[in-house]
Amino acid sequence: MRLAITGLRVSFGTRLVVDVDELHVGAAEIVGLAGESGSGKSMTTLAVLGLAHTVGATVRGSITLDGAELTTLSQRELREVRGRRIAAIFQSPAAAFSPVYRVGSVVHRALRLHGMSKTEATEAASRAMRQVLLSPGLLDRYPSQLSGGQLQRVAIAIALALRAEVLLADEPTSALDVTVQAEVLEVLRELRDSAGMSVLFISHDLAVVAELCDRVAIMREGRIVEQGPAARVLSAPADSYTSDLLAAVPVIRAEAGP
Amino acid sequence: MTPAGERQESPAAERQDRAPLLDISELAVRFGPVRAVDGVSLQLPPGPCGLGLVGESGSGKTTIGRAALRLVRTSGGVVRYEGKDIAGLRGRALQDYRRAAQIVFQDPDGVLDPRMRIGATIAEALTAHRLAGHREAARQAGALLAEVGLDPAFAARYPHQLSGGQRQRVSIARALSVRPRLLVLDEPTSALDVRAQAAILALVGRLRAQRNLAYLLITHNLAIVSELCEQTAVLYLGRVAESGPTGTLLGRPAHPYTRALRSAVPELGSTPAARVVLPGEPPDAANPPAGCVFHPRCPLAVDRCRTEVPALRSVAPGRLAACHRAEEVLAISSASPGPAPASTAEGSPPGSTAAAPPA
Repeated sequence: MRLAITGLRVSFGTRLVVDVDELHVGAAEIVGLAGESGSGKSMTTLAVLGLAHTVGATVRGSITLDGAELTTLSQRELREVRGRRIAAIFQSPAAAFSPVYRVGSVVHRALRLHGMSKTEATEAASRAMRQVLLSPGLLDRYPSQLSGGQLQRVAIAIALALRAEVLLADEPTSALDVTVQAEVLEVLRELRDSAGMSVLFISHDLAVVAELCDRVAIMREGRIVEQGPAARVLSAPADSYTSDLLAAVPVIRAEAGP
Repeated sequence: MTPAGERQESPAAERQDRAPLLDISELAVRFGPVRAVDGVSLQLPPGPCGLGLVGESGSGKTTIGRAALRLVRTSGGVVRYEGKDIAGLRGRALQDYRRAAQIVFQDPDGVLDPRMRIGATIAEALTAHRLAGHREAARQAGALLAEVGLDPAFAARYPHQLSGGQRQRVSIARALSVRPRLLVLDEPTSALDVRAQAAILALVGRLRAQRNLAYLLITHNLAIVSELCEQTAVLYLGRVAESGPTGTLLGRPAHPYTRALRSAVPELGSTPAARVVLPGEPPDAANPPAGCVFHPRCPLAVDRCRTEVPALRSVAPGRLAACHRAEEVLAISSASPGPAPASTAEGSPPGSTAAAPPA
């Protein structure tokens, strides 16, 4: 198991906001973590990144990467993992790029921080850009000169260049137009299939989860109410909350007429 | 929406025959070099009815909504409300229009003052338009909260004590308080969770009949227009790519962009294999491509598309499309409608049963 979460409890004081008994992501697998706002999806991401304490939360339980425990690591040791072996992308890709630096300079810095030489970083960045179907020439531009979809793909390219094993994707397409979302989803599928990356895909959009994910866990009020193969959970849900969520997804009503 | 000389054989036809409530003609809005809206004509009959404006970022859909409410300076064209050019409204007539035409935004927090109680926020609209004194306004605020499905006791609460869905209900109650005939709903559910979204859509479906509302529904979500709008216009780079009755427009698109947009929407039970992938990014509205603005990304573009701007023309009963190859697109769409229509069997026009989505 690439990423395994066991008995994870995240709390603010006495308030328990995440209470996950078991959640894992295998190699070359995309697992969806779906639920409404406030269900604890993003807090789970922060806990995996070892950043929950920065928002005042305490974390108990076990999070392992390839069998090695992460929760007992020091912040210094975590820095070797975070961003390198476990990468993360978020809803707003613009937040990952400083507006006053060229995109390439941000990418470069990330790669250099994790130990690449200048030439290695330049080569790895260009290669990763092509893997996410972007021209390496875009690295010379400023963030404002790229679209949201392009920036999100650059953020994914950083993870690729560092050969991250796990990608935490927290609502990565929620702010994007549907045609652009389609491209990002395609890139994520490609990463799984060709780079063998494991992806924890956090989303409130069950239709996107249905399309992209191999397995899905449905989260409500900090707990996972149901998990299993996405095709099964989303077509024959076992939990009534999953059914409620599915029933609320608006459906396109189309007619064959003129 | 329906071109002259073409009448739909449907119950909606009678309504279409009447003078439109809102008539947007050749509207143009420029922001510096950017042509945000470039020659858009749309008509909205009196309520109850909905016209969906769909498109991606930069398509001009929000700007059209703002222009309809005289909230942006137009650089061309005319917007008429009940036959009168709204640009010429002054004094009392303008105040009347400001009352009759209301807007609901994506983010209710932009409407609700965090330091004002909910009841006071709603009552303020009534007193500002001199529709009620303070006491009467407070009483009506409670009734309006009940009408949008909230406990009238919420009047005493502050916005932060409500959920996002509840706050959006309050902003709808505030818009309704002054008894508008026209609403601009600008992505009213995009910030909400799926269950809150479904509840708001059901609320709009109920209120449109009870209040006889006509609305422009601005959204990027095709499922939402299919539930709440009789007619839909698909916008691309400030122009209408295609318009027509929502159900058939989505079931059998006449414009390649509509086809691509339709196929890009993930749907429960559909497969991404049927997807029409658009290459590249939407072009720069300050520098639109020559010919058809969609041609650089169009899978069907031919030489003519690169040089000649396609006119928005009638391509089927009730259907307009700005594409040189619309007839071929219609034929392709008939052969493979893309993801299977979800509910052809219950494909009644929205506004009858479809206007009341599952709660």
